[in-house]
Amino acid sequence: MRFGFNFWLGAGLTVLVILAGILAPWIAPFDPVLDADLMSSELPPDATFWFGTDAQGRDVYTRILYGAQISLTVGIVSQVINSMIGITLGMTAGYWGGWWDDLVNGLTNVMLAIPSLIFALAVMAVLGPGLPSLLIALGLTNWSWTCRIARSSTLSLKSQGYVQAAQTLGYGDLRIMFTQILPNMMGPILVMATLGMGSAVLSEAALSFLGLGIQPPFPSWGSMLTDARQLIQLAPWVAIFPGLAIFLSVLGFNLLGDGLRDSLDPHMRTRKP
Amino acid sequence: MLRFTLRRILQVIPTVVVVALLIFVIFSVVPGTFAASLFADGKRAADPQMIARLNEEFGLNKPLMERFVTYVTDLAQFDLGTSFRTRQPVIDLINDRMGASLQLAIAAMVFALVVGVPLGFLAALRPGSVLDTVTMIGAVSGLSMPQFWLGLLMMYLFALQLNWLPSFGYGDGSFRNLILPAVTLGVTPLALLARTTRAGVLDVLNADFIRTAHSKGMSEMKVVRWHVARNALVLIVTTVGLQFGSLIGQAVVIEKLFAWPGIGSLLVDSVAIRDIPVVQGTILVIVLWFLLINTAVDLIYAAIDPRIKQE
Repeated sequence: MRFGFNFWLGAGLTVLVILAGILAPWIAPFDPVLDADLMSSELPPDATFWFGTDAQGRDVYTRILYGAQISLTVGIVSQVINSMIGITLGMTAGYWGGWWDDLVNGLTNVMLAIPSLIFALAVMAVLGPGLPSLLIALGLTNWSWTCRIARSSTLSLKSQGYVQAAQTLGYGDLRIMFTQILPNMMGPILVMATLGMGSAVLSEAALSFLGLGIQPPFPSWGSMLTDARQLIQLAPWVAIFPGLAIFLSVLGFNLLGDGLRDSLDPHMRTRKP
Repeated sequence: MLRFTLRRILQVIPTVVVVALLIFVIFSVVPGTFAASLFADGKRAADPQMIARLNEEFGLNKPLMERFVTYVTDLAQFDLGTSFRTRQPVIDLINDRMGASLQLAIAAMVFALVVGVPLGFLAALRPGSVLDTVTMIGAVSGLSMPQFWLGLLMMYLFALQLNWLPSFGYGDGSFRNLILPAVTLGVTPLALLARTTRAGVLDVLNADFIRTAHSKGMSEMKVVRWHVARNALVLIVTTVGLQFGSLIGQAVVIEKLFAWPGIGSLLVDSVAIRDIPVVQGTILVIVLWFLLINTAVDLIYAAIDPRIKQE
């Protein structure tokens, strides 16, 4: 399998975000929440505060490093939930067919009819703000495409010789699904999950920006932008750096996902002369 | 065509009904808490008497089945309930703000189409050129960027630094107020349209019938106009339809950022104070709009490409 330049750029950016999140407690010069000092608020970037300080005098660079932890948690956990729901529903629907298939199909269509950010907002309205509700909201939002892919892959894999052999040997339905079918459709699902991480990070940022996601003082990149509109004239760095962090990490996930897709499926490779 | 149109429109109804049910279920899983959280101010618990009064007034203490029946009968009469906060009918609140939202959504989509489609087209006709490379880098960046952040930066540059445009608000509804929010909201569909148009045009250019058209001596201009544009159009229309959903979702954030008085900011404000009837009603109206747009797209699609109807 060969990977293009975009894939490696995406992988590099993703690794950078992961390292930032893991190493934050060691490489961050300050504490993300406690080192607030109104005497040093809204300082422009300099040698001590690389990305400047915010309205409470906290170091923006430190908070961005810690923010990577939240973004990664949101991206990974929400996509694990999404994939589990999508795989389970799609695979069983494709394998068993019948009324169950109709039901899953109907549910998928309904989910696709609700814009995903709106659905997440509704769930947040019920559960209230905070990280756990955010993980649930975003985990329940984006499984419909995964479900569709799982269903159609199952439909085509069902008639393969090795699946029929397993049926003849008397394997149970679930055993066939998880040992024979699932491993053969992991590629496209992995692609969906990688691209989904990008949109989950964007949704988290948007919800936190609206004040409905991660609550201050916790350093989420989105919540760091909440008061940026008021501050932007005086301290533009408060707005620029967290947004840049979101942009680069989402760019990383997207390039990684696109690159994975291109190398898994040569037909979908973008034609380049 | 008429039968197809009717069938497609009738298909919307069950989806709306199921979405309405889903919304009811979501907001009923934690009964009673809404009244409590509506009055709680974070410091002290809400006054039990106030909660009881609100529960009484809105029938929140009735059994779930009874509330469900009321909800459905009200919905059937286009009654979306009454706001907890303002005591106004939800439908009036939504009607007041619908115009501004539609204005913004349409302006954003038009901007995306007018810029994105030609860019994708030109990029595909000259693959590997500077324009192609720049367009594709721009597209993947546009898809990875938090829109509200781009909006913030544009607000900083064009409103606060250069003073060309108003920084936020609806103002007197003039075009100048619309520019920044519409451009911000249009960036993601623009990026996606540029990308799909390019891919679609490239696909068509490699098709057999294009070679046939060339070999029978059709001029380049004519080939592009007759065959390429027409076939790429199907893809573009589909993308527009699909993108409307995420555009409506994103509009919520952009309306809030630019203090735009649409249903998006109504939704966010209502979620923040947990004014559930307004949240429910707004979401239902948004979904209805999205479904209507998708139906319209399907119909246009069928008109462009006769093969669709037979399915």
